[in-house]
Amino acid sequence: MAYSEKVIDHYTNPRNVGTLDKSNNSVGTGLVGAPECGDVMRLQIQVDENHVITDAKFKTFGCGSAIASSSLATEWLKGKSIDDAMKIDNMDIVEELALPPVKIHCSVLAEDAIKAAINDYRIKNGLEALVVEKSHH
Amino acid sequence: MNLPIYLDNNATTPMDPRVLDTMLPYFNSKFGNAASRNHAFGWAAEEAVDYAREQVAQLIGANEKEIIFTSGATESDNLAIKGVFEMYKEKGNHIITCVTEHKAVLDACKHLEKLGAEVTYLPVKTDGLIDLNQLEAAITEKTILVSIMYGNNEIGIVQPIKEIAAITHKHGALFMTDATQAVGKIPVDVIADGIDLMAFTGHKMYGPKGVGALYVRRKNPRVKVTAQMDGGGHERGMRSGTLNVPGIVGLGKAAELCRLEMAEEAKRLSALRNKLQTSLLQMEESYLNGNQENRLPHVANISFKYVEGEGLMMAMKDLAVSSGSACTSASLEPSYVLKSLGLSDDLAHSSIRFGLGRFTTEEEVDFAITQTKKAVNHLRDLSPLWEMFKEGIDLDKIEWAEH
Repeated sequence: MAYSEKVIDHYTNPRNVGTLDKSNNSVGTGLVGAPECGDVMRLQIQVDENHVITDAKFKTFGCGSAIASSSLATEWLKGKSIDDAMKIDNMDIVEELALPPVKIHCSVLAEDAIKAAINDYRIKNGLEALVVEKSHH
Repeated sequence: MNLPIYLDNNATTPMDPRVLDTMLPYFNSKFGNAASRNHAFGWAAEEAVDYAREQVAQLIGANEKEIIFTSGATESDNLAIKGVFEMYKEKGNHIITCVTEHKAVLDACKHLEKLGAEVTYLPVKTDGLIDLNQLEAAITEKTILVSIMYGNNEIGIVQPIKEIAAITHKHGALFMTDATQAVGKIPVDVIADGIDLMAFTGHKMYGPKGVGALYVRRKNPRVKVTAQMDGGGHERGMRSGTLNVPGIVGLGKAAELCRLEMAEEAKRLSALRNKLQTSLLQMEESYLNGNQENRLPHVANISFKYVEGEGLMMAMKDLAVSSGSACTSASLEPSYVLKSLGLSDDLAHSSIRFGLGRFTTEEEVDFAITQTKKAVNHLRDLSPLWEMFKEGIDLDKIEWAEH
């Protein structure tokens, strides 16, 4: 199976690889997936007092599409408010990276990771966790 | 050195140029039908097929009359298993095979289950070999066939064929082996090994695709299989269809080259394989899959924990290898062979199969070592699991979200 140029680009030069201090209250961490399923994503956001995401980092265990999906997600998250970030849909990722049907689950995982990170931040800061619709796995 | 480097010789091998040269005349000037008995075109084709049959027979210590040409190992497996079941159904309906067999064997057995066969799928030990006591215990008076592969396509382990054949014969059943990965790579002798039926193919031994053979023993005992295709009664009535003369000529030449060059080639390849393996296993958290001693000389299957196989292959873009990772298959299930060894799913996802071949050079192996190490390190830098492992977190204790 051939990968799209954008997947290859994100895979070869992944953006925002790294780790934020998860004990810090301004950091939200989302860890989704499972090793036995072949993909695990950890996405972290640094949020300022206005609830705007100032930094995002990821680490992903998975195939090229999973790595590219999380790399793209970190790019999109920076500068967004946490409310706007909640609106990122997995199909936007599918479209941007031209993922084939068999790789859609990678984008779903990225969306789940974003929402998990935001909710982690919300809970830490006394905000109500938002109900996350179980996306179509 | 040309990139990418081909290290997937268990999937298929490039054709030896000497094989191609031998085949070419049979596409044009010597195009005859080997079954045309009344003119020179037919005679030339028949002569070529007879010669190829001898070349193939010699490689495996058989008589040329015992070689049935087919379209490949999948057809040979099907013909052997279904053909024996049909031919010997008066005697019994029980077949024994094993869980790490190729799908051509497993699915042929599953098909027969629908037609009334009882099939025992033996488990394998953690090194990939079957337990001989379990085999013997599984045999009943209804057992007509034991089918165990010679060398495994994913991990390269070689089953104790002689012992399996002896146990099978002690109880009066026939022994069949799918030797697709073994023939031409290691010495295979149907008499010494006690094989009654054996499937193999051209394109795994530097011959053409689309041609293979089934060895069917003629003496002690005389084995028969019911044809699975009706037609002109070619190949002693066991496999109808106009013979693929150029393919058969190629298979014959490939077999001859293997017979003459195997000993030296195996020595060279196992030295290169060992170099690759030793070097890669020096990396932290990398594991060799399958029995180390009883193994084909050119294969190494290694799991690199905390990285995922498909992602890894993408980073090794100048190497053509294969992975037991789910992501490489449509099913999203990791390799059933690796899982049968008791490997956890995450280790199965992290496996890479290196398959060296006749045209692999030491320079290429050195390049492969460097590329693989670089790729593993790159992906571990990206891996949250690797980071957790390094922090001493027990990954088994984490409650992972299902998805």
